[in-house]
Amino acid sequence: MKLQRAHVLVSVDPETVMAGAKEVEERLIKEIESRGLSDEIKVLETGTLGISGKGVVLVVYPEGIYYVNVKPDDVPKIVEEHLLKGRPVKELMLPELPVRAVKRETVGLTRKQVRIVLENAGVIDPENIEEYIAVGGYEALEKALTSMKPEEVIEEVKKSGLRGRGGAGFPTGLKWEFTRKAEGDIKYVICNADEGEPGTFKDRLILEGDPHKLLEGMMLCAYAIGARKGYIYIRGEYALSIKRMQKAIDDAYKYGLLGEDILGTGFSFDIEIKKGAGAYVCGEETALIESLEGKRGQPRFKPPYPVTHGLWQKPTVVNNVETLANVPSIIKNGAEWYKKFGTEKSTGTKVYTILGHVKYPGLIEVEMGTPLREIIFSYGGGIKNGKKFKAALVGGAAGVFLPDRLLDVKMDFDNLKEYKAVLGSGAILVMNEDACMVDMLFSIIRFFYHESCGKCTPCRIGTRELLELIKKVRKGEGEESDLDKMIKISESMWKSSFCPLGQSLIMPVKSAIENFREEFVKHLDKEFHCENCRR
Amino acid sequence: MAEMVKLYIDGKEVEVPKGTTILEAAQKLGIYIPTLCYHPDLRPTGACGICVVEVEGAPTPKRACCTPVTEGMKVTTNSKSLRELRKGIIELLLSDHHVDCPSCPANEKCELQSLANYLGVDMNALPKILERKPLDETSIAIVRDPNKCILCGRCIIVCNELQTVSAITYTNRGFEAHVDTFFSMGLGNSSCVNCGQCTVYCPTGALTEKSEIDMVWDAILDPDKHVVVQEAPALRATLGEEFGMEPGTVTTGKMYAVLKKLGFDVVFDTNFAADLTIMEEANEFVQRVKNGGPLPLITSCSPGWIKFMETFFPDIAKHVSTCKSPQQMFGALAKTYYAKEAGVDPSKIVSVSIMPCTAKKYEARRPEMRDSGYQDVDYVLTTRELVRMIKEAGIDYKNLPEEEADELMGMYTGAGTIFGATGGVMEAAVRTAYWMITGRNMEKVDLKVVRGMEGIKEAEVDIDGLKVKVAVAHGLGNARELLTKVRKQLEETGESEYAFIEIMACPGGCVGGGGQPKGSDFARRARRGEGLYKEDKSLRYRCSHENPAIKRVYEKFLEKPGSEIAHKLLHTYYFKRNIVSGEAIEEVTHKH
Repeated sequence: MKLQRAHVLVSVDPETVMAGAKEVEERLIKEIESRGLSDEIKVLETGTLGISGKGVVLVVYPEGIYYVNVKPDDVPKIVEEHLLKGRPVKELMLPELPVRAVKRETVGLTRKQVRIVLENAGVIDPENIEEYIAVGGYEALEKALTSMKPEEVIEEVKKSGLRGRGGAGFPTGLKWEFTRKAEGDIKYVICNADEGEPGTFKDRLILEGDPHKLLEGMMLCAYAIGARKGYIYIRGEYALSIKRMQKAIDDAYKYGLLGEDILGTGFSFDIEIKKGAGAYVCGEETALIESLEGKRGQPRFKPPYPVTHGLWQKPTVVNNVETLANVPSIIKNGAEWYKKFGTEKSTGTKVYTILGHVKYPGLIEVEMGTPLREIIFSYGGGIKNGKKFKAALVGGAAGVFLPDRLLDVKMDFDNLKEYKAVLGSGAILVMNEDACMVDMLFSIIRFFYHESCGKCTPCRIGTRELLELIKKVRKGEGEESDLDKMIKISESMWKSSFCPLGQSLIMPVKSAIENFREEFVKHLDKEFHCENCRR
Repeated sequence: MAEMVKLYIDGKEVEVPKGTTILEAAQKLGIYIPTLCYHPDLRPTGACGICVVEVEGAPTPKRACCTPVTEGMKVTTNSKSLRELRKGIIELLLSDHHVDCPSCPANEKCELQSLANYLGVDMNALPKILERKPLDETSIAIVRDPNKCILCGRCIIVCNELQTVSAITYTNRGFEAHVDTFFSMGLGNSSCVNCGQCTVYCPTGALTEKSEIDMVWDAILDPDKHVVVQEAPALRATLGEEFGMEPGTVTTGKMYAVLKKLGFDVVFDTNFAADLTIMEEANEFVQRVKNGGPLPLITSCSPGWIKFMETFFPDIAKHVSTCKSPQQMFGALAKTYYAKEAGVDPSKIVSVSIMPCTAKKYEARRPEMRDSGYQDVDYVLTTRELVRMIKEAGIDYKNLPEEEADELMGMYTGAGTIFGATGGVMEAAVRTAYWMITGRNMEKVDLKVVRGMEGIKEAEVDIDGLKVKVAVAHGLGNARELLTKVRKQLEETGESEYAFIEIMACPGGCVGGGGQPKGSDFARRARRGEGLYKEDKSLRYRCSHENPAIKRVYEKFLEKPGSEIAHKLLHTYYFKRNIVSGEAIEEVTHKH
């Protein structure tokens, strides 16, 4: 790599592109050229920097200064003042820095993030394989292929305590071991990148910001379980992710990191991208497999599980993007190193998407076991505009509404279970005092109603019955017994739905009604405080 | 030996082979677990959730139909919570169901209805959310009523896996999910071959035949019309069970009696036409053997199979017998031979057939089936429709005194009656072909190797030193498998190992036809078939060429098998069809 005096990273993701990131980038290049700085300063596109709702975002290294809401006309000033004269443009800077792409460092509001998965996101050029290699990328692969047996890789992952980040938290090493031991010569690795949980875009950040990390994770998995072929099932709407992943795959082939006889070790592996067509249920691993096989996206009965009967009925590992992105660091640094982060039974870090009425909506990566209150009030900066906190929906649409009194829950797999909550997709939707819980629950039920695949009776008709009931309640036309009916229907959906989609609706329904019953009862008396319901 | 697993269901110990489901293990113990989407003939999908049971240690109930047993498993099949859960699912289904039980064609046969009764469900527990959708009435044979569909998925498995026709599948998702045809063009504009197996397996009234009951009542009551009726072989082995008799009981005499009581003017029998078919088809086989083919000869009496062949295997059409089905042979004779003999104006004859079949409705309306100068068969009723008519008329079928059929086209042999079971046409044809070639009857007419429910059966028949390899396939999935093999043999070597093949569209043959009562599982079909073989054994004549009525029709009218007039009235030709729409594209064989 050529040595440069400064790097300007332009966050290019669907949100910033809408805000004009491409125009800002063009202008930047033009302004830098016109001042003859092209040799000294490099402009790079990177994935989302984890900052939401702040227009076009740039970060200038080596200082690590973030500029937000940048318009093309701001560019000359940034170039002139900051890049040429070394005087940062204060009015465009992010005033309190909640996020910084560094490891274990105290920044901004004295918040430390621990970035393992996201260590390179926003730091390197995701479209340049050499940059990934320069920061130690593919070292884990080399280590595994040249000095570890597949069983040792599995053992290391098992020892690390890594659990699936897709929501269920199944021990990753165990899943790999089952697949390795399953009968059959042909095995598959599937990366579940069908990120469809509302309000969640953590996987997108990895796909767009550090695609090679994911590829390396898949390669390690393939080596460990004995797979020759991998698929990345990416949500179809993630156009940039697909483009970047494809570029990363193409480059990996060019560098001999994919294909036949990788690094001369005899290990061969191919990866192909498959675009999802937008069905939420395809995030469920067996429905994803059906879809990958070209069939209608409907879940299969388990058992048999994919580890023995997966894609084309062959043993298959299906892992979430975040899970796989943890693996290179584990192999490179060892399980003991990894276990230092997080709690005893939930090791490592977790990437959260914080959104809603917080000051700093965005993405953070922190250790497992971080209290929810800290995530919302410190990393998220608390409630914006001086409003009061009301509730947080944790885990995505299939998550749980937590009121203030439950905010001290430590965010890891086991602690959340005690609160009948789940980590889920890691989405944390924060609501202030003005939010209407009835309206929120209505949106969630409508989402599930829309996304049910229709295969099983409890989910197909249960979601519709729930929708009818919440509509009634929302309009103030219901009775209190309707609330109990809703809990009863969602309970029977939990007990008799075919897959997690229908089973999990109980979490938002029950937590909303039980924790905020007063508000529901007020609606029944036609006491509305939100515009949506009044209408 | 398979590995055995020991488990406990409701406290009772049971040992079953590994891989058994909880439901199967419970059945072994005689423990009833309610089911709805599950059917013993089909792979379980786990769609409805009615069969949930509690498994000790599991956080939520499990579906008994698809959960495999594990060692030491402790299962509870009945508890307050399970009863409520099952009730809740039925309540959900009913809230989205057009409940019109008394007038529904599936009344008393509906599995949703019986389960609701059994579980004591409040029909109005939940607000009605049904959005009425239009019926699919594009098909001549089958009506789809989406307002009664519970999305159990049986029809889709039947159409795609059992029959490999793939005319229907799921479309849309969630509450909008429904069963549909390609681009919602309707069954009548699809690859549907009208086999009607979906109507047999449908647990509700969502899939039924297109009813012709009203037209038949009108014809019977019209004094100007002369209504002639024929009944397929399978009817006599099925009607009894619909009126409380043992499955497989043959009630030929009661069947004639009930038809007379319903008001049909003349009661004949399709079995007569089955004997006639054998004369023509055995003759065709003998001619093909003598004249160098083309062989194999493939039977043509199953109209579902014929449309399947025209759609998916038009390249082998020349191997398919040119003989019409017994129904159509009968139809062509009713308005010619019978009209002449009885001195009735054929324009006044209404020819009704009662069939275990929905494809026969389509066959009767094929434009080429008008060789008598009229539509040869006017109305086709399924077994189910006849049962409804008998019930409507309030007739006590079980205690009805037996009667005879009218003679001219009512007399039949054992060869005709076994047409109704898989392998029967083959066996009947061999009996007569043997006689045609050797001039004498076989010593033992039973050809037991081609009987029974095995999907594809093969046999070698020795006709005086001439070794003939035959095969029998029933169910279109099996037919596809066999014909794919035959097609490959023909492509590679120009000939096939088989000389004669029988194909029936429906599993079990006509006793398992698409017009048979709902709930006709494989076991029941087998018993009906056995009933027919029993009747065969009890009859005076067991070979078609021995039938006096057949001898007479050739003497007086048809001259001899394969004659010019026989060809005009009793033989047909085939089309190549569009694989998506089922439309005829061009003739692939031609009439003599």
